[in-house]
Amino acid sequence: MAETIPLEQVLGTWVAALLTLAIFSFLYRDNPVYKIAEHMFVGVSAGYGVVITWREAVIPDLIQPLLDPAAVDLAGPNYVVLIPGALGMLMFSRFFPRYDWLSRWPIAFVMGYSSGLAIPAAIQMQLLPQLHATLQPVWPAGEVTWWMALSNLLLFVGVLCTLAYFYFSREHKGALGVASRIGIFFLMVAFGAGFGQAVMARVSLLIGRVRFLYDDWWMTLVAPWFGGG
Amino acid sequence: MRLQIPLAITFLIGLFMAVQFFVPHEVFQYSFESLLAWVRIVGAFALVLGIGSLLRTHWDKIRRRRRDWPYSIVTIVSFLAMCVIGIGFGHEPGTVFYWVFENIQVPLDATMFSLLAFFIASAAFRTFRARSTEATLLLVAAVVVMLGRVPSALIVSFGDTAVGHYLHANMPDVSEWIMNFPTVAGKRGIIFGVALGAIATALRVILGIERSHLGGGGGGGQ
Amino acid sequence: MNVEERPVGWWRAESIWTRLLSLDRRWIFLGIALAVLIPIITGLTLPLGKPAPPTVAVYDYIDALQPGDVVMFAVDYGPSSMPELHPQALAMVRHALEKHLRVLSVSLNVQGTALANDVLQTVGEELGAVDGEDYVNLGFKVGGSAVILGMGEDILTVYPTTADGRRTRTLPIMAGVRNYDDIALVIDLAASNIPGAWIAFAKERYDQDVALGITAIMATDFYPYLQSNQIIGLVNGLKGAAEYEALVGLEGEQAPGMLGMSAQSIAHLLIIVLVIVGNIAYFASGRQRVGH
Repeated sequence: MAETIPLEQVLGTWVAALLTLAIFSFLYRDNPVYKIAEHMFVGVSAGYGVVITWREAVIPDLIQPLLDPAAVDLAGPNYVVLIPGALGMLMFSRFFPRYDWLSRWPIAFVMGYSSGLAIPAAIQMQLLPQLHATLQPVWPAGEVTWWMALSNLLLFVGVLCTLAYFYFSREHKGALGVASRIGIFFLMVAFGAGFGQAVMARVSLLIGRVRFLYDDWWMTLVAPWFGGG
Repeated sequence: MRLQIPLAITFLIGLFMAVQFFVPHEVFQYSFESLLAWVRIVGAFALVLGIGSLLRTHWDKIRRRRRDWPYSIVTIVSFLAMCVIGIGFGHEPGTVFYWVFENIQVPLDATMFSLLAFFIASAAFRTFRARSTEATLLLVAAVVVMLGRVPSALIVSFGDTAVGHYLHANMPDVSEWIMNFPTVAGKRGIIFGVALGAIATALRVILGIERSHLGGGGGGGQ
Repeated sequence: MNVEERPVGWWRAESIWTRLLSLDRRWIFLGIALAVLIPIITGLTLPLGKPAPPTVAVYDYIDALQPGDVVMFAVDYGPSSMPELHPQALAMVRHALEKHLRVLSVSLNVQGTALANDVLQTVGEELGAVDGEDYVNLGFKVGGSAVILGMGEDILTVYPTTADGRRTRTLPIMAGVRNYDDIALVIDLAASNIPGAWIAFAKERYDQDVALGITAIMATDFYPYLQSNQIIGLVNGLKGAAEYEALVGLEGEQAPGMLGMSAQSIAHLLIIVLVIVGNIAYFASGRQRVGH
C-alpha cells in the first residue's frame, strides 16, 4: 500500500460501504437502519433530480437566454422562451387548490405533444419495419441455408400465431384455436428467455455491489489494518 | 373554459405533431423546432409535480405523527441538503454534490436494486414449476438462456470433459437462436399489439375522448 | 387444502420435501450471497466463451470508423443498473478514444449525466485524452424524444452549453458537427424504454445508425429491432460488457465485466439447481395434486 488514498475518498468509500450494508440488512429483516437508508435514498435522489434539472436544463434553456444570452451563443435576449416558461410555471398552481385547474394547461401541452408523436412513431418504428422484417426468405437459396430458411419460417408462423392469440374478436376455436395455442407456446418461450435474462441482470447487480464491498472497501481500507491487503 | 382550453391545446399540438411527420414544409419545420424547444422547457417543470407530491406525503406524515414519521424527516432533510449544496455550490466532479452522488446515492440505489437478485432466486425456487406444457417451455427456455449466456457454468458442472467442452462451445448458439427466432416471434406479436394500442390511445387523447390526465382539479388528486 | 388427497408413503405430508418447500428463504439468500462472494474472494477465473454476434457487430462497427469520426454516447442509465452498464460504457468509450474518435455524451436520464462524467474522466485520464477536444459531456436535457428530434436538426440549439456550462460552439470537438449527418454512430446505454425513442426518432426519422448497450432484462424487448436491422448491434448486460472488454483486449482492473463473470456463472448454476430441487420437491411432495 505505497500510494496514499485521498481522505475524501477514504471517507466516501466508508460511507458507501456502510450504506450498502444498511440496505443489505433488509435481507435478514426490516429494521430501522434499513429504513433510514431507504428514506435517505428517496430524499437524495429527488434533490439530485432538482439540482441537475435546474443547472443543466432550466439555466441554459430558460434563464440564460433571457439574462445572459452571450453564455448560450445568442446575440440578444430571446423573449420567446417566456411562453413555455410561463406555461411551465403554471405547474406550480397545483399547490394552490383554488387555481390548480391552471396546471392542466402545461399537462395538456405535453400530452398533446407526446400523443401526436406516438402515432407516427408507432407506424414508423414498430408496425412497418417490424412487419417487413417478418417477411424473410423461407426457401433455401443462395446465402440462405436450409436452417436459416426454416428459422425464418418459424419466425413468420410464430408472429402470426402470437397475433392470433391476441385476437379477441372471435372465439378461439378451430384453426384460430390451434394457432392461438401455438401462439401461447411462442409467448412462453419469449417469457422464459426473458426470465433467464432477468436472472442474469439481477445477479449482475449483486455482483457489482459485492465487488465494491470486497475490492474497494474490505481489501483496500479494512484488510490493511490486519496486515493484509 | 377550465376544460375547453386544455382540450384545445392537446388537440392542436397533437394534430400538429402527427401531421408534421408526413409534411416536410419549411413553415412546419420552423414550428417543429420551436415546439421541441418548448417541450424541453415545459418538461422541466413536470418535475415539480413529482417532487411536490413526494414532499407533501412526507410532510403530512410528520405533521400527523403517522407511523414511522421520524423517517420522513430523513427524506426531507436529505432532499433539502442536496438542493442547497447542488444549487449553491455546483454539481461538477470534485464538488460536495458530486461526492454525495457517488458515495451516498449510487450505493443506495445500486444496492436497493441488487436485493432483487435474492428475491428472484427465492422466486425461482418457490414458483418456477413444470406444471404444464407451457410452463415447461418457459422453464426450458429460461435455463438454456441462463446457461448459454454464461457457458462456463457448463464447464463447472461437467468438468473438463468432452461433454463439458461441447456444451460450452454450443450452448451460446442455442441461446442466441432462442433469442433470435422464437423469442422475437413472441415479442413481435406483443409489439404489434402495443403499437396499435398506442395509436388508439393517442387518438383518444388528441380527440379529447380520454381526459383522465386533466382530472387534476380538487387539490391535485387524480 | 384437502390433506386426505395427499399421497401416502415415505414422502407423505410432513416429508423432507414438504419441509424443503417451506424452507426459510433466508437460507436461499445466504446461498446466493456465497455463490457470488466465493468466486470473487478466490479470484476464480473461468473461460468466457465466444462473444455473441450482436456484441461483435457493435465492436466491428466502431473499429471500422476513422480517426476524427464522431460517436455519440447516450448515457441514459442510473446507478441502479450501473454494475451492468458502466463496464459497457467504460469499454466502448475506451475503444472509441483509443481509435481517436470524437466522443460526445448526452443524457436523457437525469442520473446519466453524473455517470457520463465518471466514464469520460476515468478513461480520458488514463488515455491522456483532452476534454473539449477528444470528448465532452453535453449533459442532461429534459424531454426525451424532444431532445433526440432536436439534435436531428441542430445539436447546438439543444445543447448551447455543456454539462459544466462551457459554450458548446467554442469547443474544438464540435468543429463541423451540426446534427446527425455528422455523427457516425449513436450508442444508447439504457435500462429503460429510452432505446425505443432513439430507434423511433434518431433512426427512423433521421436515418441515424444506432447501437444499444442494455441491461440483460431489456434484451428480449430489443432483439426484434436487431432482427429487423433497426439497430446495428446490441451489447447485452454484464456478459456483453465482458465480451466487449475481451474484444478490445482489456484485462484486470480495466475489465470489470470479466471480473464478474465467474461469480455470474456460479450464481446461475445455483439458481438452476434451486429450480430443479424446487420442482423435485414440488412433485414428490404431491402438492401439484391438491391444486396448489
